[in-house]
Amino acid sequence: MSNQPSLLKIENLHASVENKPILKGINLALDYGQIHAIMGPNGSGKSTLANVLAGREGYEVTEGRVWYQGKDLLAMAPEERAREGVFLAFQYPVEIPGVSNIYFLKAALNAIRKHRGEPEVDAMDFIQLVKEKIQLMEMEDQFLYRAINEGFSGGEKKRNEILQMLLLEPTLCVLDEIDSGLDIDALKIVAKGINTLRSPERGFLMVTHYQRLLDYVEPDMVHVFADGRIVKSGGPQLAKELEAKGYGWIEQALEEHA
Amino acid sequence: MTLPAEALKPYQAAVETRLANEPDWLADLRRQALERFANKGFPSPREEEWKYTNVSPIERKRFPLAPAPGVVDEQWIEQQRLPGCWHLVLIDGFFAPHLSHPALAGDVVFCDMGSALRRHEALLTQNLGQAVDVEHGFIDFNTALFQGGALIRLSPGTRLEHPIQLLHVQTQAAAIPTRHLILLEAGAEAAVIESYVGEGAGLTAHVTEILLAENTRLQHFKIQEEARRAFHFGGLYVKQAAGSRFEQTQFALGSLLARSEIHLHLGEASQCQLDGLHWANGRRHLDSHTRILHEKPGAVSRESYKVLAEDRGRSVFQGRIVVQPGAQKTDAAMSNRNLLLSDDAEVDSKPQLEIYADDVKCAHGVTVGQLDDNALFYLQARGIDADSARQLLLYGFVNELIETVTVAPLRQYLHRQLDNRFDAIDLESTS
Repeated sequence: MSNQPSLLKIENLHASVENKPILKGINLALDYGQIHAIMGPNGSGKSTLANVLAGREGYEVTEGRVWYQGKDLLAMAPEERAREGVFLAFQYPVEIPGVSNIYFLKAALNAIRKHRGEPEVDAMDFIQLVKEKIQLMEMEDQFLYRAINEGFSGGEKKRNEILQMLLLEPTLCVLDEIDSGLDIDALKIVAKGINTLRSPERGFLMVTHYQRLLDYVEPDMVHVFADGRIVKSGGPQLAKELEAKGYGWIEQALEEHA
Repeated sequence: MTLPAEALKPYQAAVETRLANEPDWLADLRRQALERFANKGFPSPREEEWKYTNVSPIERKRFPLAPAPGVVDEQWIEQQRLPGCWHLVLIDGFFAPHLSHPALAGDVVFCDMGSALRRHEALLTQNLGQAVDVEHGFIDFNTALFQGGALIRLSPGTRLEHPIQLLHVQTQAAAIPTRHLILLEAGAEAAVIESYVGEGAGLTAHVTEILLAENTRLQHFKIQEEARRAFHFGGLYVKQAAGSRFEQTQFALGSLLARSEIHLHLGEASQCQLDGLHWANGRRHLDSHTRILHEKPGAVSRESYKVLAEDRGRSVFQGRIVVQPGAQKTDAAMSNRNLLLSDDAEVDSKPQLEIYADDVKCAHGVTVGQLDDNALFYLQARGIDADSARQLLLYGFVNELIETVTVAPLRQYLHRQLDNRFDAIDLESTS
């Protein structure tokens, strides 16, 4: 498979928010079947990278390229990226009153199927499919009939993100602090959802602040962000090192660098 | 504005004809109302309460009174009648007995105004006009000229098993004054739906009076879907006794120019909930004017109006809450959320609190904005294109209110209407 382009290749990516440079030259390659964790102190650009990959407005790429399966990801509209298999699990999932979760899930699935030239999912098949996934996430059926994320607890919102991911079966999963605000039981369920999807056909970028999630979802690589750059990359043991030593030493190293 | 003599003549003639068959008290009421109307005409935008809604196009039209009910397709009517309800159908203001089955036994009076005058005159004598606490041309026009309508009265403790639907069909370019009187005696409970439909380009000039005795509960719905060249005035006047609860939800979806007003008096420890939606698209002008009077201690009022203004649409919301001296422990909250979706649309929002008591809780909030960018991005990030995402958010904005409708056949009807409007993106109801 030497001719197959890699899943994700980020080259010298610079991005600004409201004219303030946040990403200052990110280089990162993610292969099929891999999980990379992105760690680092607050404000280091982790979430910015996640949002740039999903195409959120207001995140301006000033330099660099992003190749997704050999295609220019940054040239695609957010919905095109989603249909091509890019999924962002939101750090703050949005509440949408008046639109039922089940309608939303079905619309999303059909948008992707249509893009692939597949027929719309049959209503009965869909119900069955979604009920399998919802059981996996240990959610009640009634979540399907409530408005999207409305009145959901923090943990329910995050589980709902993973439910969507399970249903849409994306190729590139970008998880933005999926572990924040979760108690240990919810964390285990979320981790189970991620591990279910772990396969040679897809890859994950997991933005996280803490080692905790990585106890349940072991990454292949860990990248440490500081001030918009990757300052260190390594194996899973790097996360444990960070847990033990904190981020202080990174900031110190940066200061020395400057 | 004084009406020219020739504009008044047909109305005077109609009143005189009608008086021959009506009791003296009503004749007096009508004559006085017509005299006031002759002097003042319809309200002018110079009046503060009518500043944002200019009704001079109505005055210029000089709508004749409908001579007879228009012809309607009975199958179509059948689709408008909500299943599981008792119906009273008015076509161009005329009671349509063959389409209605209002007669209920025993503890409930539910009949058209004609029968009411013959059989329940005392109820009308005692109560007609009692809840109306304001004076202007539309009310006078209505009082002078109304013909069709419904009388609903529930004896103490009666609970209505099914909702009542009052279905108003406008088929012609005529003035259609109708009048309802709803009386709930102590402890009674009911749900009443007023529907306004039809293809006519006329003027609905409608008054509903509601008197709620102690510990009653009334759910009232108004669905206004008249045709896009129609004019609509609807006045709702409510007096609530101690411990009563009044819930009103209105959907303003139709006509060219519509003004709805609600004037409501709250008794001790009573509650009201007023919810509404304006969908001002095309060249539609929708005005809701509400006035809630906290007259006694301990009453709770909640009001929430949502507005969707697009194209060249215009929405006016005036919400006034008055807390009178002595109405301590009043708890009032009002909100008005506006979505302004085009450069040519306009929204006017005027919340007013007048507080003359010191131990009260009153809050109001108005927002005007566009669709939430975060929500749009969330939907796009799941593969839904930008235009469908916008449609879906608009759908949600309207559907949020529909979901609160507890009368199932009405909720289902509204869902169907909404789905039809969003046909383009195939929004089947999944709930």
